[in-house]
Amino acid sequence: MSETIVETRQLSKEYSRAEFRVTALKDANLRVSRGEFLALMGPSGSGKSTLLHLIAAMDRPTSGEIFVLGQNLRELTGREIAHWRSAHIGFIFQSFNLIPVLSALENVELPLRLTDLKKKERMEHAAVALKLVGLGDRLNHLPSQLSGGQEQRVAVARAIVTDPDLILADEPTGNLDSASGQEILTLLSRLNKEYAKTIVMVTHDPHAASFSSTVRHLEKGALLPETPTEAGQEGPVHAQACSN
Amino acid sequence: MAIPLSYNLRNLTVRRRTTILTVLGIALAVAVLVADLSLASGLKSLFHASGNPLQILVLRIGSQSELASSISRAAYQDIEWKPGIARNAAGDPLVSLEMVTVVNLPSIDHPDGMNVTVRGLEPAGVSMRSVQILQGRWFHPGRREVVVGASVAKRYPGARLGKRLTFGGGFWDVVGVMKSSEPAFNSEIWGDLNEISQDYHRENQLNSVLIRAASTAAIPALIRSLNEDRQLNVRAVREPDYYASLTSAGSPVEFLGILVAVIMAVGSAFAAMNTMYAAIARRSKEIGTLRALGFSRGSILASFLAESLLLALCGGLAGCLLALPLNGVTTGIGSFTTFSEFTFRFHVGLEAILPGLAFALLVGAVGGILPARMAARKEILTALRDI
Repeated sequence: MSETIVETRQLSKEYSRAEFRVTALKDANLRVSRGEFLALMGPSGSGKSTLLHLIAAMDRPTSGEIFVLGQNLRELTGREIAHWRSAHIGFIFQSFNLIPVLSALENVELPLRLTDLKKKERMEHAAVALKLVGLGDRLNHLPSQLSGGQEQRVAVARAIVTDPDLILADEPTGNLDSASGQEILTLLSRLNKEYAKTIVMVTHDPHAASFSSTVRHLEKGALLPETPTEAGQEGPVHAQACSN
Repeated sequence: MAIPLSYNLRNLTVRRRTTILTVLGIALAVAVLVADLSLASGLKSLFHASGNPLQILVLRIGSQSELASSISRAAYQDIEWKPGIARNAAGDPLVSLEMVTVVNLPSIDHPDGMNVTVRGLEPAGVSMRSVQILQGRWFHPGRREVVVGASVAKRYPGARLGKRLTFGGGFWDVVGVMKSSEPAFNSEIWGDLNEISQDYHRENQLNSVLIRAASTAAIPALIRSLNEDRQLNVRAVREPDYYASLTSAGSPVEFLGILVAVIMAVGSAFAAMNTMYAAIARRSKEIGTLRALGFSRGSILASFLAESLLLALCGGLAGCLLALPLNGVTTGIGSFTTFSEFTFRFHVGLEAILPGLAFALLVGAVGGILPARMAARKEILTALRDI
C-alpha cells in the first residue's frame, strides 16, 4: 500500500464577510498517496484553492483535521509551519511570483537559503534545477527578461530545488498561452513520472487536468468522488520532451 | 538564513527616484549634525590644546573668566613669593601679572566689528607661553606696540602687520604676528602690560596672575595655599582646566545645531517611513511569496528593517560627504564667558562622522520599524492577493 502524503478529515473552512459567514470548504475528505498527480477541478469559488492553501498550511481550517506527511498541521505554531513548509512543500503560483530584482538563479536559490547548504552548493543545486526545466542558458536573466513560460519554468525549478515531498500548483497554466501551458504541464508530468514527485494541482482546465493521474472535483465547497484519468490509467499520454 | 541583502539593495536601486529623495532628506539632517559636531570638535580642540599643565591661573574668587576677574598689584606681590613656584635662571619667580580686555574690530565676516581679546603682559608672561613670531618682531616694553595672533591677522584686515589699531587711549602699531601651539592665543592681541593698563587707567586693578609650578607634585599644595589664603580672596585653577571650561562657549551653537538636526531628522524619519510603507504596499505579493517559500515573519521584519537601515546609511554617508568640505574651514565664535571671539577650524573627524552615521541609522530604524512590522504581520494569503 502506497504511503499517504496528504489526508484531510471533515476539513472545513469558513470566512467571515461582515455579518455573513461564507463556507469555502465543507467536510472535505481527501487522501493523496506518494507519487500521485492529483488535479483539483471546479469552477471559481468551488473551494479548490482554499483546499490547496490549507494543504500548504498557508491558511488554518475552521474545523476538521489535516495531516501532511503524518504531521497534524493544526498542532504547529507559526514559526514551525514556516520551517515545515520550507522543508516539505514546493509551491507553484498562477502568476509565477518570482522576485523581480533577483535573477533566475537567485530566485531558485531562495528556498535553499533556509537549508544548511553553503552558498556554492546552493548555487550548484539551483543551476541543476534550472537545467532540469530547460533553462540552463538563462541562469542570470531577470524575470523581466524571460517569457511567461520561462518564468513559470523558473517557478517550477524553485518549487523542486529543495526536493520537497509535495509540489502544490495553483493554476500553473492560468497565465500562459497554450504552447507555454503545454510545456509546463509536460514538465509537471515528467516530474511525476520520472522523479516520482507527488503533485496536487488546482485547475479549471480539463486539458490541464488530463495530465494528472487523479481528478477530484469540487462544487460549492464540497469535494466530489474520485475520477481516474486517462493519464492515471494508461501512463503519461501527454508526456513529451520539454523544449526551451 | 536571512533573505539576501542584495534583494533590498536592488529594490532601492529599482525605485531610484524615491530612494534618492529619501536619502537627500536624511543626508541634510545628518550634514547639519555632522557640521555641528565638527564645530564642537574644533572648539574643543581649540581649548583643550591650550594651557600648560605645569601652570596655574589665579583669578578673583567667583570669577569664571579672566575678563571678569580683578587682581591688585598688592595681591600679586603676595602671590609671587608663595612656595612651590618655579624660578628662572636669574632666580626670579615665573609669575606673570596680566590685564585682559576686549576691543571691537571689524572682521571679514562682521564688518560692524567683533570683540577680540587684548592681553597686557610682561616679557615673563610671553616666555611662559609656547608662542613664536611668524612675521615682524615682539613688542618692546614701554612702547605702544602690539603683536597679534595668526588667526586675528587672518580674519581682521585692520590688524595685520604694519597696520595701526585704535583702542583704549589711542593708536597701537602692529609690529608682529605670533603663532602659538596653544590655539586660544592665536585669537588674541598682546601688548606691554604697563602701556595697556595705563591706557585703560587700571594700573592697580589687573585681571589675572599666571604661575608656573616648580613641579607637578607642587601644584596641589600651591593651589590649596592660594585658595585658602583669605587675604588674597582668589581662585586658583590649573591653566588647562581653565581653557577646557571655556569650551562651553560653543554650547548654545552646539545645542541649536542638534535641535535643528533633530527637527530635520523627524521629517526624514517620516520620509523614510513613507518610502518603506510604499515599498511594502508595492511588494505585498513578494512578501506573500517569501512567506510561502518558508521565510518566517522574523526574516521578513529583519529584511525590511535592513532595507530602511540601508536607505538611512546611504543618507548618512551622503550627509557626511556634504559636511566634509567644512573640514579645516576657519570660523569664529563669540564667547559669553570672555565676551570676545575665538577663531577655530571645523574638524570633520570620526568624532563627528560616527555619531552622524549612528544618527542616520536611528532615523532609518525609527522610520523602518513600523512598516517592517506591518510587512511581517501580513497573512500569506492576504499578502498574495494584494495588488
